[in-house]
Amino acid sequence: MTTKPFAITLGVGTSLANKTGSWRVERPVYVDRLPPCNGACPAHEDIQGWLYEAEEGNYEAAWRLLMRANPLPAVMGRACFHPCETSCNRVQIDEAVGINAVERFLGDRAIEEGWTVRVEHPPTGKRVLVVGSGPAGLSAAYHLALLGHEVEVHEAAPQAGGMLRYGIPQYRLPRDVVDAEVARIAGMGVTFVLNSPVEHVDVTMATGHFDAAFVGIGAQRGKNPEIPSGDAAKVLDAVSMLHGFEEGEGPVLGRRVVVYGGGDTAMDAARTAQRLGATETIVVYRRTRDRMPAHDEEVLDAQAEGVQMRWLSTVTRADGGRLMLEKMVLNAEGKAESTGEFEELEVDSLILALGQDTDLGLLDDLGDVDLAGGVINVDANQMTGRPGVFAGGDASGNAAERTVTAAVGHGARAAAAIDAWVDGRSVAPAPERAPATVERLNSWYYADAPRTLRPRLEAIRRRSNFDEVVGGLTAEDALFEARRCMSCGNCFECDNCFGVCPDNAVIKLGPGLRYEFNLDYCKGCGICAKECPCGAIDMVPEHH
Amino acid sequence: MVSERTPVRFYQVGSFAVGNRLVALDQRSAQSDPERANSLTSGHRACAGCGEALGARYALDAAMRATHGQLVAVNATGCLEVFSTPYPETSWRIAWLHSLFANASSVATGVAAGLRAQGRSDVRVVAQGGDGGTADIGFGALSGMFERNDDVLYICYDNGGYMNTGVQRSSATPPAARTATTQAVGPHPGNVFGQGKDMPRIAMAHEIPYVATATVADLFDLESKVEKAMTFHGARFLHILVPCPLGWGSLSSDTIRLARLAHETGIFPVFEAEHGEVTSSLPIRRHTPVEEYLKLQKRFAHLFDKNGEVKDAETVAHLQALANRNIERYALLTEEPS
Repeated sequence: MTTKPFAITLGVGTSLANKTGSWRVERPVYVDRLPPCNGACPAHEDIQGWLYEAEEGNYEAAWRLLMRANPLPAVMGRACFHPCETSCNRVQIDEAVGINAVERFLGDRAIEEGWTVRVEHPPTGKRVLVVGSGPAGLSAAYHLALLGHEVEVHEAAPQAGGMLRYGIPQYRLPRDVVDAEVARIAGMGVTFVLNSPVEHVDVTMATGHFDAAFVGIGAQRGKNPEIPSGDAAKVLDAVSMLHGFEEGEGPVLGRRVVVYGGGDTAMDAARTAQRLGATETIVVYRRTRDRMPAHDEEVLDAQAEGVQMRWLSTVTRADGGRLMLEKMVLNAEGKAESTGEFEELEVDSLILALGQDTDLGLLDDLGDVDLAGGVINVDANQMTGRPGVFAGGDASGNAAERTVTAAVGHGARAAAAIDAWVDGRSVAPAPERAPATVERLNSWYYADAPRTLRPRLEAIRRRSNFDEVVGGLTAEDALFEARRCMSCGNCFECDNCFGVCPDNAVIKLGPGLRYEFNLDYCKGCGICAKECPCGAIDMVPEHH
Repeated sequence: MVSERTPVRFYQVGSFAVGNRLVALDQRSAQSDPERANSLTSGHRACAGCGEALGARYALDAAMRATHGQLVAVNATGCLEVFSTPYPETSWRIAWLHSLFANASSVATGVAAGLRAQGRSDVRVVAQGGDGGTADIGFGALSGMFERNDDVLYICYDNGGYMNTGVQRSSATPPAARTATTQAVGPHPGNVFGQGKDMPRIAMAHEIPYVATATVADLFDLESKVEKAMTFHGARFLHILVPCPLGWGSLSSDTIRLARLAHETGIFPVFEAEHGEVTSSLPIRRHTPVEEYLKLQKRFAHLFDKNGEVKDAETVAHLQALANRNIERYALLTEEPS
């Protein structure tokens, strides 16, 4: 009597005995690459990370991840010029992911729901002085508080917020948003001392027994070039005008207003003038549109609101109600040169927006702080020449771009450096990560956005950054937008590697745990790497 | 099929990737399930990047899910049989039997008859083979199985030739392809135009309940066709394109890419038919010229120069014309992608 079952003529074993991994000449490895959005974010947000949470509708988790880098999501969702979107790989497929709009949605949701951040760190007993409550100071104060330090923010103005309150016009950034995000930081135990300009940093540090200081005083003083002006000429500087307007002084600008300058502040001043009833607002800039420092969307918005632009012109004289403009030409190096051709313009007021300076008097006593160029020069950790005194934001010399986002990034970096400094540690430099380039993606896998939602999407983009009359994204649209993220360079658990392996050599570890290769059987064919939608698998040579 | 894809609002990768953490578990593919049948398990001796090993697991795991594991597979001789069962090892984790090259469909007919005699209506029968075992050697037996409408799903894994014996031509080898028996020499190098068999259309001519084609590049489409086939009784035919790195002279990592290009160029139309009539086709998402498909394969290398530029424009145009004919016949380019 045979022991074998009927019709099986041969005893069999499993092929699992045959370890085909020995055939391999290349092995797959999972990698985590730096997505372009994260790489471009001056505030060092893990944008892809919080979008991942938002994709599943975990808005609070998304917000908390965002808050690890940036304490001002609702502000940033309005005031940031989103370099993340400019660098988004999805631009090459259809259009960039509306990151900024999702950020604003999360920020607004947090304010609505009253989400707060708890300080988990035990108190360190160290005291840190923060001078200025603009985005840099707020960011530094928030991160220092999270690290258990006692933080006192000294602010010269009657209310906290710095340029968020006194620089950026309300149509771009409503004040209740600023109030809510400042209040959340205050709720973490940060003390705000208002109406309290710091005259001398060293004196305030000594009297207040501070262990370190962060100076984030911004660039609040409009540059005043020498423009010969006669009597009765109404000449204002843009920063003071915007600040004064915020404090309730309604400047009388008249019907025809000229704004001199080509930066974002010039656009803010011009658009504010329009809203204050000017019937004709003209921006005068000495070079051409493509050389304007203002962000494109600001210029487009200003033009959409009726602001006129006069390129290649300088203001040479302001006299009563009359301006003398000189025409310019660009030379071979792209510099504006005089032509000697003049033109007269009737105006009611002239607003100067030619850049801003910082009042550095508070650091005069500190001889070891380098103030060359009218800025506070700092090292890579935002520390000045005086150990323990740090600086950031528009006032610091390493502001590649003077934006709210860069300031928040400075504040966070300074906080980490201060935390190390008061503890006698040195700051470990962040490890370099290879970029997640678009060539690494297998874009075939990304579903095309449904047609019905496209027009809404574009409308959302149009309104998301400037016109506060229009609301933010609905939860449904935010979810849609977050799901447009391609997760460049980092596994998002799509199961493709697990599915496409002809040798079952990928092990699925479960939700959140990703996958592992079973090198006993992996033949190194490389299908997983080529079919990974987001480019998170590399093939590396085996060394036998 | 397209109309049966998960009705996604927008799920990042929709139903194109194998899984998707954003959709409900029951809407995910059989392959995304960590507890999938793994009908063909690790340790098999298929070449690295084998499309047939992948296609067989995709199809049989889907069949196992559709039949709740009550499945018998009958295998024709061919690569799949050779690489999965060198004595004393087997890679099969399902009830599996092999008899001869030519008789897989006859054996399957017998298995189905035996089960019917025993009253086992719960157990379903699959027969499978390569394009040689299907279109050449087992063709007569298969046609008989179709004609009798026996209750078997026959799956053909088409890699376009006799690969494990040294890449000889079969009646499924595409025109102009170089094989060991159709060398790239003479005025018309490679396999000749106008010969060969179009198996899905031959199957349709038998007016059997269900005929479908699929590729290893679109898993959801393939799985839904296996599942649909299991809703019918009688003879059914599923023709799956499975690229072969060895026989096609392609990179082992390009297997799925080539299957995708075969569809996106129109060279391999993906469609389904019931009782002899085409009922739906899978639209091309990114229409691509045939060169992009051809130039990745050494079996078509004689059509290109050293820089990858087309050398034999006449032959490429001829292949493009065949692709265009498929696009028109199966309406593969639609204005409104579903």
